[in-house]
Amino acid sequence: MNDPVDVLIIGAGASGAAVAWSLADTRMHILCMDQGGWMNPAQYPSTGRDWEARFYGDYSPSPNIRARPEDYPINDDDSPIKVVNFNGVGGSTVMYTAHFPRLHPSDFKVRTLDGVADDWPIDYDILAPFFAENDRIMGVSGLSGDPAFPPTAPPMPPLPLGKSGARFAKAMNKLGWHWWPSDTTVATTDYEGRARCINLGHCTPACAQGAKASTDITYWPLALRAGVELRTHCRVREITTNEHGMASGVIYYDQDGVEQFQAAEVVVIACNGIGTPRLLLNSASGRFPDGLANSSGLVGKNFMFHPYAHIYGYVDEVTDSNRAPPVCLWSKQFYETDLSRGFVRGYAFQFGRGAGPVFEAVTSEARGLLPWGAEHHAAFRRLNGHRLGVSAICEDLPEEHNRVTLDSHLKDSHGIPAPKVDYTIGENSAKMMAHGIARAREILDAAGATDICVNSPILYGGWHLLGTARMGTDPARSVVNEWGRAHDVKNLFIVDGSVFVTSGGVNPTSTIQAIALYIADQMKQRLANLFD
Amino acid sequence: MTGQVASVQLSPVDDALTPAQRDDLRVIAGMMIPQSRDHNVPGADDAAIQADILATMGRDTPMLRAALDSIARLAGSSLAQLDDTGRDAVAREFRASGGAAAATLSRVILQCYYRDDRVLRSLNLELRPPFPRGYELEQGDWSLLDPVKARAPMWRRVP
Repeated sequence: MNDPVDVLIIGAGASGAAVAWSLADTRMHILCMDQGGWMNPAQYPSTGRDWEARFYGDYSPSPNIRARPEDYPINDDDSPIKVVNFNGVGGSTVMYTAHFPRLHPSDFKVRTLDGVADDWPIDYDILAPFFAENDRIMGVSGLSGDPAFPPTAPPMPPLPLGKSGARFAKAMNKLGWHWWPSDTTVATTDYEGRARCINLGHCTPACAQGAKASTDITYWPLALRAGVELRTHCRVREITTNEHGMASGVIYYDQDGVEQFQAAEVVVIACNGIGTPRLLLNSASGRFPDGLANSSGLVGKNFMFHPYAHIYGYVDEVTDSNRAPPVCLWSKQFYETDLSRGFVRGYAFQFGRGAGPVFEAVTSEARGLLPWGAEHHAAFRRLNGHRLGVSAICEDLPEEHNRVTLDSHLKDSHGIPAPKVDYTIGENSAKMMAHGIARAREILDAAGATDICVNSPILYGGWHLLGTARMGTDPARSVVNEWGRAHDVKNLFIVDGSVFVTSGGVNPTSTIQAIALYIADQMKQRLANLFD
Repeated sequence: MTGQVASVQLSPVDDALTPAQRDDLRVIAGMMIPQSRDHNVPGADDAAIQADILATMGRDTPMLRAALDSIARLAGSSLAQLDDTGRDAVAREFRASGGAAAATLSRVILQCYYRDDRVLRSLNLELRPPFPRGYELEQGDWSLLDPVKARAPMWRRVP
């Protein structure tokens, strides 16, 4: 029998770690459970000669391909974009590019500004101190003064431009378009016990150097020292409720596969935009027949990715290729609404440095750029180390038909029903992607690139899982209130990307963590009457 | 050529593929990437590269078997037994219709070929993993940012 805890956090990734750290100073008994375990950087792909091959196997970003014991399957057959994530302590911060923009102030007011979707019940100014706190703990490298964004103060200098960044910079200047060195959680100096980046290059599938911030090496050491308990290899099946309609705890499977019950006064869900609705729907009961916290019927609905369009080409000079963090610059030239473009809202560009030899060979062979036979060698030498790529990350508007439900057949290794994703790219997003592709062609042309290729949408580009338990003040139109508490269950909180009302057009991890810190702060301020 | 496969741990070749499938794998790999004296590199049908493929195919084994079965069907028996014209016809059809299995076969051949010491040396790439030495990255010319810094704020104010 497990002793009851004050706060139970489900998920030890980007948001769960931040909440655990923030709540630790309450001195409450805080327990976090994660279905995965601690990662071992000595086993990360970049430590071996098969570093690129593992991207197609045990370090694939797709849980369906990777299929580690910690992963659960996801039926994404009915989506043109496949879900990618990582499960373990650190969650998807273990396996991300560390590109770290924030949502813009306008992203929180899309109904007011552009007449679409809904405004958030919170705004950029409310989150600003939590963005800054998160930047300090995650360790952000960047440059103040970006004219496309309110003032920020990254604690470390930006990544070098390198050959690839400089080539893009010249092209953007030729076009007169905005660009700026990306904020990144790759440490450019030694920082809080983390070693600085040494340009392993293969950043996305985990950083063996520890220069890339993942919450297992940022928030978690701090939270554990402050007394938080982290229980690994525990997969939560459902959240239970009592006769008062309050969450009473969770039923989970421990590392030996034994079913257990953990009682808790407060339950915090931090399982991402797919894992969270899956858990809520799997927690259906006599009291909550449509799933927990689902009186609005919106749990799982309004699911948003960021559709990515990737455009790349080849230049005469050698690029940085795989020998540096993959993303170097961003552009917000087309971020804010301009109705003359034929769509509302906008997108950001991410500029990539290049590709490694295996990735270059595999993608170019598949596309027909790399022939079979005697011409193979000469063609490969023209391509390898000469790639420049740019991606348009497009704002996805919420649409209820885009949704996460429970699959009627598919189950994980514990027999828990798996999630199913039904998703189509909306008309506004499609126009945005077409615009981004056209502008990216101009950028690559200005950079002197040839053999332009378009990869749109990026098939395995479903990193950002948002909107499936949205935040709002109206219980009929949202799942949680403006400080993350479920409308229906007064001791249940959601702190991950599920609460996003709209997606913005940038990578969401910084904003997810700022929201998690904000919700934790709200909980601390309301401890005396948290359940009122 | 006296090169060797990279520091991938090779285990004894087991019976994941039949002798006929191994023959066809060697032939199709050589068709994809033949030896080049100009570049001083082996073909993908080289014995060491084939051994690397067989030793590390792991989770790709079912798809590789499917790909090789498809090749055998297209060949009527075995690709290895056809003449060059017949092999070319089978390869064209396989690439056009092979789907995910063909993509897996190509990827497995390429990922083993482009980690072979002799191939990497020919490409002037270092024979090591990225960690722990990493790479140098030049700062670049930060004065390129001056015109952007001079721009007026362009983010949208909210009411």
